[in-house]
Amino acid sequence: MSTVDYAKIGLKVGLEIHQQLDVGSKLFCNCPPELFKEETSETTFLRRLRPTQSELGQVDPSVFFESQKGVKILYEAPSSCTCLVDMDEEPPHLMNQEALKVVLTAALMMNMQPVDEVHVMRKIIIDGSSTTGFQRTSIIALNGWIKVGEKTIPMQAVSLEEDAARKTGVEDEGRIIRYRIDRLGIPLIEVTTAPVMYSPLEAQHVALAIGKILRDTGKVMRGLGVIRQDLNVSIINGTLVEIKGVQALELISTVIEYEVQRQLGLLSVKEELCRRGVTIEALKEDFVEITDIFRESRAKVIRKAIDKNQRVLAVKLLGFAGLLGKELMPNFRVGSEFSDRAKFWGRVGGIFHTDEMPNYGITPEEVIAVRKAVNAMENDGVVFVADSVENTRDALKAVVTRAKELLIGVPAETRTAKDDGTTRYMRPRPGASRMYPETDIPVQAITEEIIKKVLTDMPEPAEKKLLRIVEQYLLNEKLAKQILDSEWTKLFEETVKDTDVAASTVAAFLTETLKALKRDGIAVEKVNEPQIKALFTAVGSGVLTKEALADVFSWLTKNEDKTVQDAITALGLKMLTEKDLEHIIDRIINMNKATIENNGKGALGILMGVVMKEVRGKANPELVNKILKQKL
Amino acid sequence: MSELEKSGYKGIALRLLQDAGCKIGDIVCVISRGRTYEGILIPRAERGDAATIVIKMKSGYNVGITAASKEVTVEKMGAGVKPAFASPTPPKQNTELPHVVIMSTGGTIASRVDYRTSAVHSVISATELYSTVPELADIAYVDTEMVFNLYSENLTPKHWTELAHRIADCIKQGDVDGIVVTQGTDTMGYTAAALSFALQNLPIPIVFVGAQRSSDRPSSDAATNLIGAVKVAAEAPFAEVGLAMHETVSDTVIVVHRGVKVRKCHTSRRDTFKSINGFPIAKVVDQKIHMQNETVFQCRDLSKQLVLKSEFCEKVALVKFYPGMDPAVIDFYVNQEFKGILLEGSGLGHVSTVCFEAIKNAISKGVIVALASQCIWGRVNMNIYDTGRDLQSFGVISLEDMFAETGLVKLMWVLGQTSDIEEAKRLLKTNIAGEFTLRTFPQEKNVYGAP
Repeated sequence: MSTVDYAKIGLKVGLEIHQQLDVGSKLFCNCPPELFKEETSETTFLRRLRPTQSELGQVDPSVFFESQKGVKILYEAPSSCTCLVDMDEEPPHLMNQEALKVVLTAALMMNMQPVDEVHVMRKIIIDGSSTTGFQRTSIIALNGWIKVGEKTIPMQAVSLEEDAARKTGVEDEGRIIRYRIDRLGIPLIEVTTAPVMYSPLEAQHVALAIGKILRDTGKVMRGLGVIRQDLNVSIINGTLVEIKGVQALELISTVIEYEVQRQLGLLSVKEELCRRGVTIEALKEDFVEITDIFRESRAKVIRKAIDKNQRVLAVKLLGFAGLLGKELMPNFRVGSEFSDRAKFWGRVGGIFHTDEMPNYGITPEEVIAVRKAVNAMENDGVVFVADSVENTRDALKAVVTRAKELLIGVPAETRTAKDDGTTRYMRPRPGASRMYPETDIPVQAITEEIIKKVLTDMPEPAEKKLLRIVEQYLLNEKLAKQILDSEWTKLFEETVKDTDVAASTVAAFLTETLKALKRDGIAVEKVNEPQIKALFTAVGSGVLTKEALADVFSWLTKNEDKTVQDAITALGLKMLTEKDLEHIIDRIINMNKATIENNGKGALGILMGVVMKEVRGKANPELVNKILKQKL
Repeated sequence: MSELEKSGYKGIALRLLQDAGCKIGDIVCVISRGRTYEGILIPRAERGDAATIVIKMKSGYNVGITAASKEVTVEKMGAGVKPAFASPTPPKQNTELPHVVIMSTGGTIASRVDYRTSAVHSVISATELYSTVPELADIAYVDTEMVFNLYSENLTPKHWTELAHRIADCIKQGDVDGIVVTQGTDTMGYTAAALSFALQNLPIPIVFVGAQRSSDRPSSDAATNLIGAVKVAAEAPFAEVGLAMHETVSDTVIVVHRGVKVRKCHTSRRDTFKSINGFPIAKVVDQKIHMQNETVFQCRDLSKQLVLKSEFCEKVALVKFYPGMDPAVIDFYVNQEFKGILLEGSGLGHVSTVCFEAIKNAISKGVIVALASQCIWGRVNMNIYDTGRDLQSFGVISLEDMFAETGLVKLMWVLGQTSDIEEAKRLLKTNIAGEFTLRTFPQEKNVYGAP
């Protein structure tokens, strides 16, 4: 990909960064902002969402289609973190004022201008991710800027909104979608930049800078899934594509590279189709039933469908031979574009196409029969689907629609990011007409008093903070910088204040040690802040040696819900009493008489090594040294 | 009043907008303290600062900008496109299906908010109803009629009378298989009880229906409730006044309560209505009506002749007893020449002895005093304690297992039928519409437990 000249293709990237706020409760109710970890929740209820007409008197077509499918949503409502508000059984309470303050703080840090009056809006989304059928969202400030390196990045807006429910499964052939509403209502800050990033790496740097500002408010959540980055990516001749839910910062540049690759690939397919003389009109929704071809087939997926008395339907794509298999991103072909649409609109598990045949147990003879059934010439492609009649028809319709779009270029759509950096189709891009005022929540003026309060509580500016950390904790500048760049500054200061552990020990652990553990594949995010603090409390009170920190920490990542004390016991790290230690040292001195005689003063160092090998993690090295000295 | 004023603008904001020649819906540019905001001018429906201008930005978000500062300028950038509410093409009416008339009285269910003007519009035409709930076309051939357009808390016994007449007229005209009445839920239980007394010997079912979530939100219960109600009106075998709403917080079962036995019990849940001291008449599950075995019902029979008794007396008060209540409250109503007092007593049917004289005085002046329990669930029994026996001896009438609201409505109805005290007492004790049940079953446990 390094061969792409991003300036030449006119790459433009804009960011939308969402992060959960740590303000004690949800945005419009008093539930704790926690996720429910158990497998099943005691309370469930079933709902259907219906489209509503927009202010412009229109129903969003994708929204209407969704509702027509008769999809029901089964919500799981754990009582530990949800209430009637989350269930849409009680009107929202007033906006969490602490959350508003945090967003205003971040806004001022990004040189933005707060609006005079906050109006909460309803953003209609009826995929079931919220029980109301909309997300409550409000703009808090507009038009600011931040400096990233030498470049000034304009910030368009910062919003305060509620997080959505988590999808936990699909049942009944896609007719019931399960959502857990624990996450619903957790306050989210959303920061939107102007589309002024011109390379994948630049976008990543800006995201990093914004993330740091948000952390500096001291009021954002930490851990996996609390931050989600949406990317708006466009190139010349391509289209603005919205990519949702990039969780890892490091993935941003890859996602953009792949998206550019995909858009360029789609444009080259368009060129090829035009060269072959394929027109939109030539692509027809003529579906042919080919179930009989597969009555005796060994293709498992198809057999399963036929056994359930379902059908196999096929459609010819004129002039598409060879193009369906064209790779657009790693493991993602033009056929995958079709497949994504078929899954979304037709609720099917996937599609088959002739560019990948013979495969999946489908024989060359069967492929020939399929081609013949739809009158496909050598240059044509065939797509077929096995499912219920209704689903196969919807799926193939979606395939033909997508095929037609190939002749226009890159469709405007919302995509979702996978962990490997590739993206998949999520839904059509929503129109602008899906925003309604939330009439259940009074408008809120951002008064001068509120701003004054925010200003007095502003976090320290970065340069000042660095100086202070160096002076106050006697850290070298490199370590101080590392701790400030990490997500742990607050925990670092609290730990040093509350425990008797040296600042440099805490800082080194929170930066270098954690980084090393992460590199070794340890899931560091599984240990929460109170646990880390408990670790240092143990070190400070002499229950644990600092040498054992990494081992205990690693154990905790693998044993969620266990305490530091559990770890110490499980790892056999109980500190030796001075008496026990003396016994061990006596024994070792006895066993090494010759070494002592031969090495004179040098014996101390050698024996120190021998003793420490035995008691590492169970005794303080200084104490070992002291006792050894006395005994020699 | 100018359009801008009607939209809530006043003071300095109004002046600035007027000077710039702006109308609601125009694209405007507001420069306030060096900041520029561009967007569509939105009505200022909220109570709040007089000096604020609200615009919808290109992103769809609304924001409020203060016009209080001296450095504010407003400029009209262009005329906005007036959004019009365009109904999708309604499905075809099938005249072969049962004929159902939907009468609307206002409230959440049959309304939508115009977000441009924030005005609430009632859906009055069949066309608009179909466009919002197209499923209705498969159940019935529907006509609609707007009777009132009022919040339910503004309905009075006069409205009950008017509604009863409209229903009677509709039935008299013939060719109707059921009537659905949409209403705001707050006092829907009262109206359902009132019509249960006013419409006797019904040939067809009358089904009240409402919504707890407004119909302009995707999660609204309006459509499912309405579909259930129309289904019942079209096909149910009974001919009584019922009230159809969600059974639980799930969108799965619509339950039909008897009009005299139903009460709103929760401020916000969609299963707010519960049958008190009785069973629902029917349930609708997956478009199928299931009659509830425990109930005996009046049968649908088009040959039955409706008996209309639609008068209500408004000089009836509901007085809730509470510890320390001043009996002067009762004296007040007597002095105001009220004809009936519905006492909401404690427990099995008691009020403090402090009130005895006032009650005796009321009865001696010809006021009918009836008693229901504030416990809501259970039956009044005034034979257990002295207080109850004393109240009976004064002439206080026990309303058995009727809860206070239905008791009040019945007393209003009784006194609307007769001014003869003995006849009124007789009517009050007569079971007119199933308001008395002789057996109480243990069905009401865990009413608002987890779904």
